[in-house]
Amino acid sequence: MSLNSFWFVIIAVLWVGYFILEGFDFGVGILLKVVAKDQAERRAVLTTLGPLWDGNEVWLLVAGGATFAAFPEWYATLFSGFYLPLFLILISLIVRGVAFEYRSKYGKAQWRGNWDTAIMISSAIPAILWGVAFTNIVHGVPLAKSSAGVIEYTGGFFNLLNPFALLGGLTTFALFATHGAFFLALKTDGVIRQRANAVALKIGLVTAVLAIAFLAWTNHLVAKTDVHILSLAIVIIWVAALAAHRMGREGWAFLASAITSGLVVITLFAALYPNVMPSSTNPADSLNIFNASSTHYTLKVMTYVAVVLTPIVLIYQGWTYWIFRKRISASNIASPNSGVLDKIHP
Amino acid sequence: MNALDLARWQFAITTVYHFIFVPITIGSGFLVAGLQTAWYRTQKEKYLRATKFFGKLFLINFAIGVVTGIVQEFQFGMNWSAYSRFVGDIFGAPLAMEGLLAFFLESTFLGLWIFGWDRLSKKAHLASIWVAAFGTLFSAYFILAANAFMQHPVGYTMNVERGRAELTDIVKVLTQNTAVAAFFHTIPSAFLTAGGLFAGVAAWMIVRKRDVEVAKPVLKMGLVTIVIAFVVVGITGDWTARVMTTQQPMKMAAAEAAYDTKSNVPFSLLTIGTLDGAKPVFQIGLPSVLSFMSTGNFNGVVEGVNDLQAQYVKKYGPGDYKPNIPLAYWGFRLMIGFGALAALFAVIVLVGIRRGRSPSGKWFLRGAIALPFLPILANSFGWIFTESARQPWVVFGLMKTSAGVSPTVGAGSVAFTMIAFTLLYGVLAVIEFGLMIRTIKVGPEPIAVAGKADSDSVLTMAY
Repeated sequence: MSLNSFWFVIIAVLWVGYFILEGFDFGVGILLKVVAKDQAERRAVLTTLGPLWDGNEVWLLVAGGATFAAFPEWYATLFSGFYLPLFLILISLIVRGVAFEYRSKYGKAQWRGNWDTAIMISSAIPAILWGVAFTNIVHGVPLAKSSAGVIEYTGGFFNLLNPFALLGGLTTFALFATHGAFFLALKTDGVIRQRANAVALKIGLVTAVLAIAFLAWTNHLVAKTDVHILSLAIVIIWVAALAAHRMGREGWAFLASAITSGLVVITLFAALYPNVMPSSTNPADSLNIFNASSTHYTLKVMTYVAVVLTPIVLIYQGWTYWIFRKRISASNIASPNSGVLDKIHP
Repeated sequence: MNALDLARWQFAITTVYHFIFVPITIGSGFLVAGLQTAWYRTQKEKYLRATKFFGKLFLINFAIGVVTGIVQEFQFGMNWSAYSRFVGDIFGAPLAMEGLLAFFLESTFLGLWIFGWDRLSKKAHLASIWVAAFGTLFSAYFILAANAFMQHPVGYTMNVERGRAELTDIVKVLTQNTAVAAFFHTIPSAFLTAGGLFAGVAAWMIVRKRDVEVAKPVLKMGLVTIVIAFVVVGITGDWTARVMTTQQPMKMAAAEAAYDTKSNVPFSLLTIGTLDGAKPVFQIGLPSVLSFMSTGNFNGVVEGVNDLQAQYVKKYGPGDYKPNIPLAYWGFRLMIGFGALAALFAVIVLVGIRRGRSPSGKWFLRGAIALPFLPILANSFGWIFTESARQPWVVFGLMKTSAGVSPTVGAGSVAFTMIAFTLLYGVLAVIEFGLMIRTIKVGPEPIAVAGKADSDSVLTMAY
């Protein structure tokens, strides 16, 4: 395998990690008010994410940084081209991170309610927009060689909001919501766990319908055997997730939804390869793993770095999940209605 | 304003804002780790309360530092796509390394620290804050190495056919003296910043007679940190100035508003120039000091702005190679001035509190309240100086800032995102400032002496 292909795989792996990990973060955020009614429940739900969400989000930062390092033309064309969606994602991630850290500082219902609404919206927006963005990439967007000889995005914001992309966005939204519900079913106890299990089936079925439509469209567009096989695998594993859920096997259900989230990324990358951004206007103006890439030397340097560091990261991040493996329920939250800043200590 | 100006403003606003929180976080991580180590060793309750209290202040800042950092990584591609294409082969590598090595460490181990009080052994819990703190150093190093490439490109070759700079030597990029000097100048300033915050808060607590036993050791730790950090910042600042004089003489000339090449150049304390920046009207200065600062010799020759402009026209073709001279001149002085003011206050108070005396008085209180802001201002002016006085270059000698902007992003889009980021950042600043003040007023929590029976079912830390 050439280093260019290897780095295409690495970028895919980073997005797989991101979809699996921040996928359930988004789902938990989307479902916050659905599964948690009072303050103790809300805080229990958010505490399941507490030690994890920031580390999960780093997968995105590393995916961005690695794309910049390995495929600078891809990074430049994509980020300047998908300008407004990325801006909306950034705003969401800013609000969301701050909301997690600040919402329980005060006990006031209005303060907390506002942050909770912010968490739901700022989790939903990226959950949709990542689907929109990746669907557009796979579908191809207007790209053309500029007078300076570089491949630039020539469309506008509304080119990105086509029906196929919106279907992709809805699919990731539903998928992440279900993935989050499975996560909560596994990580909480009591009434939250019951509600999470109840909602998981409903949105899980919606996800199934959306995913089948989305995959059918994708396979119609991309006639590749591996894409067909992967799409079939997604459907089978999603059915397995729902079956495990029906049998009360919460761990297996979550594992299956995690695999599904990862397979979605792998399928999209398989559909792309060897392109990284196909042009919908002129196939010759597509960005691929060769014309978008860094030099062999840079790829080699980055390969050493990635090969050494990635296993270490996986070990200690996995260890964190093990440390915080206990289920959390509303009864674990001491004085749920007060915040640390409510009263001045003597 | 066109897209270029707007993109420059957006970068300036988002970066200066981000860098308010970064040094606080880097320095505070270590100081909190120090407090927790003191508790671990002595088991004295005051250190535990100090750890938790200053830990809260640290985390309020960390949250904003993290989320505004995401924008930093994305905006190279969004607003500066031509720049990204030009330097991606080199510049992307340290960014990716920063994420893989530093961001994962910081976020994971800080998560363990915040939520791990009752999940980890005391030793492992203490270790987690130290690992997170060292993670911030890695982060600083990689991003400063990337910035150093913009100040002084090394380890690259130009690929004319592809119109980009390509990496030939990663070791050179990561170890060049510009990067090393910047690291050893930036990190002690982060300690100075955190020292200012900790000492200022502790001093306020002492004046208000709140939890004095918790505040006293923190005041001393903060003040000593400021003084030591200031000495190191001064030494490495001197080193940085010399590196800068050889690599970017125009920047040093602008910092001094030195218009003509001379030896025995004074360090200017005040210069008023003509509006177009072509020549000084009035100057007061310390004789020969600038010559010494930039060359290590009082008789050293310092090149002036006008001569450098002529040289650059010859070398790079016609154009204006002068940065904004008043901004450079005042940015340089305000950086030094605010840092020195913080150190001065620290020395006076340290003398005042020897043999266990408690400081008091109106001026002490005013100083304490101002103290956290002084290093923050110094940091901001330092970066405003070092980035603005590199102009018109984005990568010195290789690419002008005007050539780096995204050609496909219109002024309307940049204006929209700039306004939105500015408004959001403004709102966040108000919220964060309110939380900081409130946290300080609430003060260190008493240590609960809850029965063991409770501790299993109730989480020590929950969102």
